[in-house]
Amino acid sequence: MYRYDDFDHRFVDERVAQYRDQVRRRLAGQLTEDEFKPLRLMNGLYLQMHAYMLRIAIPYGAFDSAKMRKLAHITRKYDRGYGHFTTRQNLQLNWIKLEDTPDILAELASVEMHAIQTSGNSFRNTTTDPFAGVAHDEIEDPRPYAEILRQWSTLHPEFSFLPRKFKIAVSASTEDRAAVKMHDVGLYLRRNDKGEVGFEVMAGGGLGRTPLLSHTIKPFVARRDLLSYLEAVLRVYNQYGRRDNIYKARIKILVQSLGAKKFAEEVEAEWLASDREAAALPDNYVREIASAFALPAYDNTPVDEAAFKRDAAANPAFARWLRRNTFGHKSSNHAVVTISLKPVGETPGDCSADQMDLVADLADELSFGEIRAAYEQNLVLPHVRRDALFGLWKRLEAAGLGTANIGQITDIICCPGMDYCSLATARSIPIAQDLARHMAAKEEAIGTFNIKISGCINACGHHHLGHIGILGVDKNGEEVYQITLGGDAGNNAAVGTIIGPALKSDAVTGGIDTLIDVYLKLRQDGERFPDTYRRIGAKPFKEALYAVA
Amino acid sequence: MLLLEDGTLREDGWHHVADDEAIPASGDITVSFTRWKEVGATLNGRSGKLGLRLDNTTAPADVAPDLSHFQLIVLNFPKFTDGRAYSQARLLRTRHGYKGELRAGGNVLRDQLLFMRRCGFNSFIVGERAVKEDWAKAFGEFDVFYQTAQDGRPWVMRQRLNAAP
Repeated sequence: MYRYDDFDHRFVDERVAQYRDQVRRRLAGQLTEDEFKPLRLMNGLYLQMHAYMLRIAIPYGAFDSAKMRKLAHITRKYDRGYGHFTTRQNLQLNWIKLEDTPDILAELASVEMHAIQTSGNSFRNTTTDPFAGVAHDEIEDPRPYAEILRQWSTLHPEFSFLPRKFKIAVSASTEDRAAVKMHDVGLYLRRNDKGEVGFEVMAGGGLGRTPLLSHTIKPFVARRDLLSYLEAVLRVYNQYGRRDNIYKARIKILVQSLGAKKFAEEVEAEWLASDREAAALPDNYVREIASAFALPAYDNTPVDEAAFKRDAAANPAFARWLRRNTFGHKSSNHAVVTISLKPVGETPGDCSADQMDLVADLADELSFGEIRAAYEQNLVLPHVRRDALFGLWKRLEAAGLGTANIGQITDIICCPGMDYCSLATARSIPIAQDLARHMAAKEEAIGTFNIKISGCINACGHHHLGHIGILGVDKNGEEVYQITLGGDAGNNAAVGTIIGPALKSDAVTGGIDTLIDVYLKLRQDGERFPDTYRRIGAKPFKEALYAVA
Repeated sequence: MLLLEDGTLREDGWHHVADDEAIPASGDITVSFTRWKEVGATLNGRSGKLGLRLDNTTAPADVAPDLSHFQLIVLNFPKFTDGRAYSQARLLRTRHGYKGELRAGGNVLRDQLLFMRRCGFNSFIVGERAVKEDWAKAFGEFDVFYQTAQDGRPWVMRQRLNAAP
């Protein structure tokens, strides 16, 4: 994985010193809270319900055992011994003191981490496939590009005060595992007919109050032109994006109001007029960055397949975990392992300091030290030999990390909601916990399914893209929950539609159960829920749901 | 108003003529783009330097044909969170080749100065707080930059490529 060079080290050290001085000026009264707010936000520090919340960047979700141990240490020393992995592949700490934040950032810098631009109206953490580099269906490793984008988007002099936040995602596989189409800018790595690498550039996606999927604005941007083209996109947005209304300030509204075609023309004109050489990305530079992401030296001794099969046959629980939590690796002797942070009845995405340390140890022993954070709020060990899986599973089980539910109905994406977040209008965690407890028994029968829950319209829980989405809203002081159906992330991304009046909190689990029963009765040939929904429409679901409500 | 330029603070010597104010016969003045469009040609004969104030919704391309008349352009940050003038500055410097003084006005705060300079600003209206907070320090907080910009300082990709064997 990428290691900081002297430039990167010096940069994060300078950033910590700058921030330490900003905090000093704030505490000395030289900065007003209004002036300080965007500065702390640019370092990931929010003021929440109970305390400050610090959102630490895990660039494109890729990190390692040393970073994980540092995170565990920080949660113990400065917080309450746990953290929350988010849908932006970041980590949130919920009980932080302002005075401690410069020291926390210094600790992060010591392991090549930071919290830069995890908030604020600028570039956010660039995200990508958590299986990047090892997925069997990959065209090329997207991480070098994500790292190039991380650097380019860090303290960009022209684009640090955009109309609104700006999120970029990159996917380089047949299957989009990065929800690319819900991003302000999405990049699909493509090869043209000469075999050259470039990107299909999408723009104008985003969730929140106005959920929209992005449009292709250029089918192929040569890799050399990636940065200059993105600068053109951002320059058009910076000048013409709305700034009068926070809910209409994302690039999606500009793309929608101009139309994707006109927006694309504006960008093209800006790009052609710009100095494309100044920001050109030379091949040798991409190669240099990519060399940091070379795959480790695998032990390619053949796996004893007979023993592997024996263990799986003798342990149905292990077999289930294998089926759900492992994914095909480029090396046939290895597997990509997803560690579920969704034990039934617990808070989705939460991880204790002890669990972090254990994952770090397991990564060192079994995965060349590497760890990934997935946007689904789970962790990934990217290079595990298949003959080590049985031992790994037993140790995960013992630590409460062995839940075999990846991609299943209890693998719920869920924002922190009103238990922590000051923007929230309703609680989301208790809804997720109750649903998971109730659905666990039916999980096997249901198969692939995703439920996504947000505690407010900002949609951090991606509810619009859930097969079933749940949005908590406040209705005259009561928390009620809107249900959307038919959402989908990935290649077939779709925004779900609201089925009808919101449900009271105590009716959500029963209501979802009713919807699931309709699906189980009417699905054909193992159809996924969004496909059933598209085929039969809302009517059967609506009738069943509101007959019992 | 105080002006921060070349690392020093001094009083602003320019007179910023309001749109309903008579144009003084001499002295260095700035006018709005609206005023310039009304009276532009008549200003050429007067003594003193001429500057232009642009609001942040004017496209630099609209001003480009007239740039040779101005020794100063003042761009405006109505709120420090409104970053449109960063793009205007870069476009004036690169695409339109403006070489004169480029000044940041409005809600200019210490922690944005470095971004502004990188985009091509070289003077800043900073207000009275600047003295005690030693704003000139803000330019030296970083010497590592990940983007090419208008201040000509080295940037990391180029530095790495130059250092490569």
